[in-house]
Amino acid sequence: MNSQEKEEYLREYEVLKKKGKPFFPYAVAKDSIMFLVVVLVIAAMSIILGAEQGPKADPTTTTYTPRPEWYFFFVFELLRVIKPAELTPLATIGIPTICLVLLLLLPFYDRNAERDPRKRPVATSMGIMVIIAMALLTFLGAEAGPPTEITMEAAPQYEDGKVAVAGQGCLTCHKIGENGGTLGPELTHIGAELPAAGIRRTLLNPSGIMPPYTELPPEKLDAMVEYLASLR
Amino acid sequence: MAKFPDTLLPKALRKPAKPGENGNSNGASANGEEKSVVVEKLKEAPVDLVGWVDERTGATPFLTGMLLRKVPKGTNWFYTLGSATMFAFVVQALTGVFLAMYYTPSPVEAYASITNLTNDVFMGEFVRGLHKWGASVMIILIFLHMGRVFFFGAYKYPRELNWVIGVVLIVLTLVMGLTGYLLPFDQRSYWATIVAMNINGTGPIVGPYLADFLRAGAEFESTTLSRFYALHMLLVPGAIIAMIGAHLYLVVKLGTTAPPWLRADTKPKALRTEKVKSQNGGGS
Repeated sequence: MNSQEKEEYLREYEVLKKKGKPFFPYAVAKDSIMFLVVVLVIAAMSIILGAEQGPKADPTTTTYTPRPEWYFFFVFELLRVIKPAELTPLATIGIPTICLVLLLLLPFYDRNAERDPRKRPVATSMGIMVIIAMALLTFLGAEAGPPTEITMEAAPQYEDGKVAVAGQGCLTCHKIGENGGTLGPELTHIGAELPAAGIRRTLLNPSGIMPPYTELPPEKLDAMVEYLASLR
Repeated sequence: MAKFPDTLLPKALRKPAKPGENGNSNGASANGEEKSVVVEKLKEAPVDLVGWVDERTGATPFLTGMLLRKVPKGTNWFYTLGSATMFAFVVQALTGVFLAMYYTPSPVEAYASITNLTNDVFMGEFVRGLHKWGASVMIILIFLHMGRVFFFGAYKYPRELNWVIGVVLIVLTLVMGLTGYLLPFDQRSYWATIVAMNINGTGPIVGPYLADFLRAGAEFESTTLSRFYALHMLLVPGAIIAMIGAHLYLVVKLGTTAPPWLRADTKPKALRTEKVKSQNGGGS
């Protein structure tokens, strides 16, 4: 925007402003109605949706799945989309920071003097694309199963074992299929690497920081071993 | 001395016509006249008070400038999204004050204080619900407001700085969401905060330091909660209020934009008629 365009804009704005109505009472009336709508909507949400208290924070549980507030779902989903561990900082800090800087500096790189969205095809389509991307990421983040869910299909005879593995919180440290932590070795193909007896031995007498699963009922342990051995 | 304009005052507060001006000053008894003088004096008191304050603050030019400034032709409901966001913030601030009266920011007592607030305090759950859902409403409104500003090209000259302030306000609002999430101290908030801290820690250079600062140490400790509490109710809201002040100052100073499809002919000849094209005819 050069100085001639700036002057032109200010002159035109002055004319349009003179044609307008005073802020009080016209704009004030609209804002007041909006105020009532905002307060009533929040009050209705509070009454209908309530504010239930979850279970008390317990740092010793390992099976709890953290879920962010809905407006952080897009970061959550970015983390899931960008898989490799070495790229995680890119998803968590890199992309959000770049987006934020781009947003902050928008008026400084968009030098187009035109303001009508129909005459700014690049800006308008970029804006719409960003909205769609954010909406999609938020939606996918909301739809995504909790990270303790094992997304891989299991044959019917291993279903019990799959539920037991998920319920024991193995995914906190181990990755099975799409989900799981990276603290321990990945278990997606553990059946090809260890025989069933070896898996049982590890569960009962693990090495390192993994807790032993000696307290489990035998049939549950059997189901878990069978399921893990089936992962190839 | 600048006088506060009568038109801004409700009828009851306007200076009544001086006795005699309406031609009804005679005919009343001495007693009645005395009474009416007192009544007149009382009736004038609010006006005198406004005048007294104005004489000492000089607020009149500011108030008239703010309230009677012209809002451009074609201003529609999309233009209320900014003030709607501010109203949501006001709801958050007021409900937050009441929540703080019952909340204990210690890991041992926080959960119990919220149980007490929810179950035993009069309207406690309702106010907590207002705060909880008000946060979501504020986030939605602030993004809608940003969308309006973006598509209307309202961030362009001379309002670039106000866009920057607005983006800072969005970040501060998200920080409010993040720090407030831990305070109920249930499983959800605890584990989500652990994850958020770990994410912070992966940042380049400042990441680990920022995470350590937020946690008040290398691990999640008892001081973490009080740190989040202080950020959530002192530092960040203070910054938000200051930023809203700057945002509004610039809005009043620069004026709200006209809808981008409205054009005014500014050629010297046409200036005298100041013809504004119709709303739909602006394009093409």
